[in-house]
Amino acid sequence: MDALKQIAIMFLQNYHLVTVVILSIFLGIEVISRVPSVLHTPLMSGANAIHGVVIIGAIIVMGKAATDDYLSLILGFLAVILGTLNVVGGFVVTDRMLEMFSKKKKK
Amino acid sequence: MQHLILQLSYLIGSITFIMGLKMLSHPDTARKGNMVAAVGMGLSIFTTIFLYRYHENGQMHNLHNLVWIFIALAIGTVVGTMAAKKVQMTAMPEMVSLFNGMGGACAMLISMIEYHHMSLEMVANSSYHPGTGIMLVIVLGMMIGTVSFAGSIIAWGKLNGRIKDRTIPGGQALNFLMFGGIIILAIMVVGGFGDAASQGYLFYGIAGIAALYGILFVMPIGGADMPVVISLLNSFTGCAAAFGGFLYGNPVMLTGGILVGSAGTILTILMCTAMNRSLKNVLIGSFGGAKAGPAGEAKAAGNYKEISLSDSAVIMAYAQKVMIIPGYGLAVAQAQHICHELEKVLEEKGVAVSYGIHPVAGRMPGHMNVLLAEADVPYEKLLEMEDANDQMSTTNVVLILGANDVVNPAAKDDPASPIYGMPILEVEKAEHVIVNKRSMKPGYAGIENDLFYKPKTSMLFGDAKKVLQDLVSELKNV
Repeated sequence: MDALKQIAIMFLQNYHLVTVVILSIFLGIEVISRVPSVLHTPLMSGANAIHGVVIIGAIIVMGKAATDDYLSLILGFLAVILGTLNVVGGFVVTDRMLEMFSKKKKK
Repeated sequence: MQHLILQLSYLIGSITFIMGLKMLSHPDTARKGNMVAAVGMGLSIFTTIFLYRYHENGQMHNLHNLVWIFIALAIGTVVGTMAAKKVQMTAMPEMVSLFNGMGGACAMLISMIEYHHMSLEMVANSSYHPGTGIMLVIVLGMMIGTVSFAGSIIAWGKLNGRIKDRTIPGGQALNFLMFGGIIILAIMVVGGFGDAASQGYLFYGIAGIAALYGILFVMPIGGADMPVVISLLNSFTGCAAAFGGFLYGNPVMLTGGILVGSAGTILTILMCTAMNRSLKNVLIGSFGGAKAGPAGEAKAAGNYKEISLSDSAVIMAYAQKVMIIPGYGLAVAQAQHICHELEKVLEEKGVAVSYGIHPVAGRMPGHMNVLLAEADVPYEKLLEMEDANDQMSTTNVVLILGANDVVNPAAKDDPASPIYGMPILEVEKAEHVIVNKRSMKPGYAGIENDLFYKPKTSMLFGDAKKVLQDLVSELKNV
């Protein structure tokens, strides 16, 4: 029961974040719902790059780690690399896919 | 001041993500949308590095270890750019899956490090507890990140053929069991059962089971359904990122993660709709189970007829309308350029050529569009399924290049077929059907295709690229 109470408290304390979550859910649905199937793959890939935002968490973890806390440093270092791969790779791949569409338009 | 600028940059970051996604869903603005989101991402990353401050021992600190952070960023940027630039257009889907896995692993590591810190403190000071809410967010982020990571790696391996389809006997029961196990362990960790040390075992136990769950969850799903799975895992990673946002009270992680989580879920459902199947159906894997089913085998017997290259060339040269239906075979053979070549040669002879694109042909929705766009095929020649079907009855020759399940008539008239109900390209309405395949082996869904035995159908065996090259030279001689 105590645990549930604590979760309820956290919910109230972070009420604004919860609001953001709910609104974002609807926004995400709204933004996507009319997509031509041509764009499914690039869109998936673009969304894939956007969730790479998790890298910010990796940067914070690593930036907070004490300089002699090697375990955190090594894992954090790895996390930042993986996150960057997700972000940079994701955006570049998406751009490559879309480049082909825009080339078409000009001709 | 520092805090204000950071929060403002997060706000801008969130807005660019929303605008980026919005723009990505229209052909004209898609590329710009991707750039907009990338700029917002860059801004959020750099302001975090320089302006983020945290509270420790009663003081505010800036982030340190900056050198290492930049080295990691540099490594990730160089490797990520090279991988993304070098990858073949055909291998795009597995690349997306791989990058998705990286994001999942990143979320998993963040949760693990944060948990590690907290458990050290909990062991040192038994009255300390970070709070149930924080613990919940950490456990959820780790759990979902791990499932997404393990699942994406399997999806990647399956798409590039390194991992074969495998149905594990009783796999479904095992999956439910593991899922239940994860939930119970998660409740124990979050609820704070036992001492700090034993909770540590439970926490890493969750990670282990979650990884196994991710593997077994994707393993039996057929390749034809892989796009749906990747899209689903994509939205999982989005949720994992959002839990990270909760953990740090970070608005940009939260909006970015949730946006992808919800948009990814919708995209997943859209893909399922395109195949006329429910998500549940895909996940439980009726494809996997149907492989040995009688529906396919009963009809396997029958005669098909082959057609020679020169005959195919003649039929097409004297047709008025030819429709090309590309599938995964075209992608594998890298035959998109030579396919465009064929189209040009035919057009010179006064044949109208169009492409019938099934929404789920290939390995990802829109896969064929991307591939043909790479080969400079004009956009307006690509017909979506409904338009293609409308034109089918006036088409003289349909040339199927390595597509199978998307033209299987069983989807229309065999209720026992696992793909029954999926909309297909109704090629049998055309005058002639020429099917290019490497062999008579069934397609990715693992079911027989009745089309190949129909009187209108002729088989033209061989690798798509080779066959198309020969067809082009034959056509030039006609």
